[in-house]
Amino acid sequence: MRQLRAIAGSGMLLLLLIALSLMLGARPVPFHDVTHALLSDCSRIDCVIVRDARLPRTLAGLLAGISLGLAGALMQSLTRNPLADPGILGVNAGAGFAVVLGIALSGADSPAEWLGFAFTGALLASLLVAMTGAIGGGRVNPLRLTLAGVALGAVLEGLTSGLSLLNPDIYDHLRFWHSGSLDIRNFAILRTIFPAVVAGSLLALLLARSLNSLSMGGDMATALGTRVMRTQLVGLLAIALLSGAATAAVGPIAFVGLMTPHLARWLLGNDHRWMLPGTLVITPCLLLAADILGRLLVPGELRVSIVTAILGAPMLIVLVRRKLGRGEI
Amino acid sequence: MTRTMINALLLLMACGVLAFLGVTRGTLPISASQLWALLNGEAARNVQLIVLEWRLPRVMMALLIGAALGVSGAIFQSLLRNPLGSPDILGFNTGAYSGVLVALVLFQQNMEGMTLAALAGGLLTAGVVWLFSWRNGVETFRLIIVGISVRALLMALNSWLIISASLEAALSAGLWSAGSLNGITWAKTMPVITVLLLALLATGMLARRMRLLEMGDDTACALGVPVERSRIMLMLTGVILTAASTALAGPISFIALLAPQIARRLSGGTKGALPLAALCGALLLIAADYAAQHFFLPSQLPVGVITVSLGGLYLIALLVREARRQ
Repeated sequence: MRQLRAIAGSGMLLLLLIALSLMLGARPVPFHDVTHALLSDCSRIDCVIVRDARLPRTLAGLLAGISLGLAGALMQSLTRNPLADPGILGVNAGAGFAVVLGIALSGADSPAEWLGFAFTGALLASLLVAMTGAIGGGRVNPLRLTLAGVALGAVLEGLTSGLSLLNPDIYDHLRFWHSGSLDIRNFAILRTIFPAVVAGSLLALLLARSLNSLSMGGDMATALGTRVMRTQLVGLLAIALLSGAATAAVGPIAFVGLMTPHLARWLLGNDHRWMLPGTLVITPCLLLAADILGRLLVPGELRVSIVTAILGAPMLIVLVRRKLGRGEI
Repeated sequence: MTRTMINALLLLMACGVLAFLGVTRGTLPISASQLWALLNGEAARNVQLIVLEWRLPRVMMALLIGAALGVSGAIFQSLLRNPLGSPDILGFNTGAYSGVLVALVLFQQNMEGMTLAALAGGLLTAGVVWLFSWRNGVETFRLIIVGISVRALLMALNSWLIISASLEAALSAGLWSAGSLNGITWAKTMPVITVLLLALLATGMLARRMRLLEMGDDTACALGVPVERSRIMLMLTGVILTAASTALAGPISFIALLAPQIARRLSGGTKGALPLAALCGALLLIAADYAAQHFFLPSQLPVGVITVSLGGLYLIALLVREARRQ
């Protein structure tokens, strides 16, 4: 019951934030004008702002939030690493690098092609991180995994910026894409990533039960009838789908996927059947709130990736102090 | 002649060759005879301009900054007893760059102001990282993760500063956000050279204490080394070396991580590691800068792009090896 109430509360918060995200900005639009703009055909400036700028932006926040949150939660559960996040572990950087490589080699310029590349890159990067962390056998050491991810992210970002500096064409594409901002003004991108987000989310939610038994340790999970290998592979696939989709749409945004699974666990407990849906609702709240904050705090807007880094980095510090202190890492 | 000496000589020669290439190669090649004429003071005006005013400052600064970064990395790796405890992973150079950006964007400072701001930024970052990882002592892994978080925070701050700057300031700041030696002139280098040389001198004086500290706090104490004070002084010099380099060239990553590792490998132990680390750093940076200038024509990459790619790959290899050993 407590869990239901928490999820319902988060859901209401999400609705409120969606409304605020449509209303607030450099030019505030009152609520009834927003509904008017969405439901009827009107061509006043307010309607155009809501329909062409704020609606895609809000939807992007929703989809990217869901993807990043679930990807983070899956990573944390699968690697049993409380510090995991697709941004920190370099998976988003992998997706970004693959997109840039795709533009450089094959001149890909449609969102669908970007998504393909982003997905492949995310998959390879998460495989690479998992393998680096797993060498040495047995349990993945969280700190080593984090460092491996940071290293991988640094290399990939270095290569990405190298490629984009060498090729003005890529630089031009990147200006619009590689920014970590929700302000995309393009429904085509959203339509392209939508199926990937839905598929990834479904996979993640279906894994909830296996993840529960996996959290008791590999041997215990096997004894309980969970196929550990399959769970991990499906999880990896879902992570790649989700972070690939998010990165293809809004560019690299870190720390969101780190924060909300912890928040969901704190609100809903460790049961993945509650925790994963909780994450699914809470993460878009955080992303939209960060985006709205970024719009209001400074004239000319702060990109959401900057706001999330400012919110999320202290969180990482708190986590590492608490967990290391208690010997949980 | 010991192995260390031979290696040091080889490194020195390699630096010399690359410096020669750096001075002579370019859109206007300078021949060896022209260079000889220049040394005798008989060169044409344009050769003088190209070599002395354009290429020489760049080559000199690549060597000096590389050496400074190498030494800084060696200091931290020795203090933290961990190959990953380098100032770039801990975010000290990102902090120094934040200082530069604040000075440049908010106060339109000149080079002296920017150097001071870089030092302040680096020291402040080091203090914050240290403070947040303190919990009944500092554990290296906690320090590293706190460093990573602070670095992410500062990178967000930096990109915000660049965005909110005027276009002119943003362009000149953004140019070195990856670390670059483009457009260095003598006038710009003076404050940094002073600070770097002083800090290198201080490191030289502290080197013996650093060796003793590596034997463990008790041994060092018994041998008459004031442990905590030496540690703080070493750390200060390390941060100053990184921060002053950043003031001139931006946050060049991973030289500080790579150079001491290679030096350690070359010396087969810790003996003479500091001078070797300096030479390795100098060689790495001048080689990376040469590659960034000449291998990707017509574009000129920022040297930081090269070092981050090399260093990141090495970091992954390092992690894999460490994992294997366990």
